[in-house]
Amino acid sequence: MDMQVAKKKLGLKERYAVMTRGLDWTPSYQKMEDIYPCIAYEGIKIHDWDKWEDPFRLTMDAYWKYQAEKERKLYAIIDAFNQNNGHLNVTDARYINTVKLFISGISPLEYVAHRGFAHAGRAFPGPGPRVACLMQSLDEIRHAQTQVHSISNYNKYYNGMHDFHHMHDRVWFLSVPKSFFDDAITAGPFEFMVSIGFSFEYVLTNLLFVPFVSGAAYNGDMGTMTFGFSAQSDEARHMTLGLEVIKFILEQDPANVPIVQRWIDKWTWRGYRVLTLVAMMMDYMLPKRTMSWKEAWEVYFEENGGALFKDLARYGITMPKCAEQIALEKDHLSHQAWSTFYNYAAAANFHTWMPDEDEMAWLSSKYPESFDKQYRPRYEFWREQAAKGNRFYNKTLPMLCQTCQIPLVFTEPGDPTKICYREVDYKAEKYHFCSDHCKEIFEHEPEKYVQAWLPVHQIYQGNCFPEGTDPTAEGFDPLAAVLKYYNFENGRDNLDFDISEDKKNFDEWRGQATKNI
Amino acid sequence: MSTVFLALQTNEDTRPIIEAILQDNPSAVVDEQPAMVKINADGRLVVRRETIEELIGRDYDLQELQVNMITMSGNLDQTDDEITLFWKS
Repeated sequence: MDMQVAKKKLGLKERYAVMTRGLDWTPSYQKMEDIYPCIAYEGIKIHDWDKWEDPFRLTMDAYWKYQAEKERKLYAIIDAFNQNNGHLNVTDARYINTVKLFISGISPLEYVAHRGFAHAGRAFPGPGPRVACLMQSLDEIRHAQTQVHSISNYNKYYNGMHDFHHMHDRVWFLSVPKSFFDDAITAGPFEFMVSIGFSFEYVLTNLLFVPFVSGAAYNGDMGTMTFGFSAQSDEARHMTLGLEVIKFILEQDPANVPIVQRWIDKWTWRGYRVLTLVAMMMDYMLPKRTMSWKEAWEVYFEENGGALFKDLARYGITMPKCAEQIALEKDHLSHQAWSTFYNYAAAANFHTWMPDEDEMAWLSSKYPESFDKQYRPRYEFWREQAAKGNRFYNKTLPMLCQTCQIPLVFTEPGDPTKICYREVDYKAEKYHFCSDHCKEIFEHEPEKYVQAWLPVHQIYQGNCFPEGTDPTAEGFDPLAAVLKYYNFENGRDNLDFDISEDKKNFDEWRGQATKNI
Repeated sequence: MSTVFLALQTNEDTRPIIEAILQDNPSAVVDEQPAMVKINADGRLVVRRETIEELIGRDYDLQELQVNMITMSGNLDQTDDEITLFWKS
C-alpha cells in the first residue's frame, strides 16, 4: 500500500546546524589565513568556531519570512499615516526637530552599520557568526531605507531634512555620531563586534531606541513609532548577537579577557558620548516627555547594565570604569547639551527654544540636584534677553575634543561650575579632550585619532566653504559660507523655533485640518 | 537575583503571549509603557509554546515572536518549545 507517512520535520537545533555549519566547507587548495586575513592581528585567539551558536537559532529561510512580514506591516502603516496627513497630529511642531536630528544624525549610521557587519561577516571563519552578521547587515540597510522612507513624508512639509546625508558628512555636530561609527568600522572585526554588537547594541541601544520610539508614540508620530518598532524587533536579535559574541570570545581563551575589557571600556564611553544627543532630545525636544534622561540611564544602564556586568564577572570582566563619571554627569548632561545648541542655533539644521514655565517645572522635579541651581537661572536670563531683542547666536567656533569631537562644553566630574579641559602633547602637536576617558582612548591609539576630521579645524583651514569662495574678499562672512557648504538655508533651516517657517506652516495647516476654510 | 526582561509591542498578536508568560512565570511583573509592554522577572523568564497554543487555539511557532519583540535583557536560549531568558549569577 502506498501509505503517506508524515515526514518528520527537523527540530530547531538540527535545522540551525544544517543551515549554518552544514553549509560550510574546509578549503583544500587555499590557506585559511589567505582567505581570512583580518582575523589574527587584533590578538584575539579562537580555538573552535563551532562553539558559536545563535541563541535564537534563526536560519536564513526563517529570516526572510519574518522580515517580509515586518515590512508588510510597516509600509501599510506608513501609507495610512501619509494618506491621513499624520504629520499634523503630532503634539506640536517642535517635536519634528527630533525627527530632523534622527534622519541626519542616526539614519546614516544604520547604513554604515550595514557595511560594518557585511565586512565583519566576511572576516570571520566561523559559519555561525557569519550567518548572524549577514542577517544583521541586511537589517541595518533595511533600517536605513525604512527610516528614509518614513521621514521623507516630513521632508515634504518641513525644513532641515532635504540633504541629510550631505549634512551628515559635513556638519560640525553630526561629526560626533559619524566619527563614532567611522572609528568602529576602521577597527578590526573583533573590535567592531565588541564596539557595535556588544557595547552599542547590548549596553546602550535601549537608551536610543526605546525612549525615542516611546517618545514618538507619546507625541502622536505614528510614522516614526512604526519604523522604530520595526527596527527594534531586529534590535532584540542584535543584542543577543552582541552578548553571544562577547561570551564566545571570552570562553575561547583567557588571553582574550584584557583585550575585550579594554574595548568595552573604550566603546561604552564612546557610545555614551554620542548619546548626549539623545539625552537632550528626551529632556528638551519632546513636547510630551516619556521619562527623563536620568531615569532612562538608571533603568537601562545602571540597573540592566549592572545585571549584565554581574553576569560577565565570571569571565573576569568588570563594569567599565567610566560608569562612575557618567553617574556624576547624569544630572547635567542634557542641560549642557541643550545650552550648547541654543547657543549655536545659527549653525544647526533644526530649531531651538527655551523651555516654558511648565517644562522648567518638569525639569526641576526630574533634576532636583541641579536644575534650579545651575540651569534655570541661565535659561531665565537668556529668555529675558531674547524678549528684549538681544537673542545672541554664538558665531565663535568652539574647541573640539580630539576623540569624541564634541565641543569642550562638559564640566569637571563633581564640579558643574568648571569646564573640563584635558590636553596631550604628541609629536610636537597639542591635542584637546573633553574628559579623562577621551584622553586615555587617544593615548592608547594616537596614530588613529590624530587623523580625526575635526569640523572646526577644517573650517579654519578653509576646507568648508563652497568651491570658488574667496575668504579674503571684503565683507566675507565665514558662517554664511559654511552654511552654504552644509546646504543649510540660512533663516529657514536654523535659528529659533518661534520665528520659524515650520511653526508658521504647522499652525496654519493644523487650522485647515480642523476648520472649514 | 538580577532582573531579566522582555519588551513586546502592544498589539493583538502579543496579548495572548503576555498572558501566557504571566501564567508560566509567577515572578513576572508587567510594566505598561506607551505602545509597549515590558515584562520583568526575577532572574529567569520562560515563554512556552504550549501555553500560547492553548490560549490562541492554533499551532504557534515561537519564531513568530521575532515580529513583535522590542528589547530584552539576559542570556537567551530558544528551542522548538521554549524561549528562556536568564542570568547565571
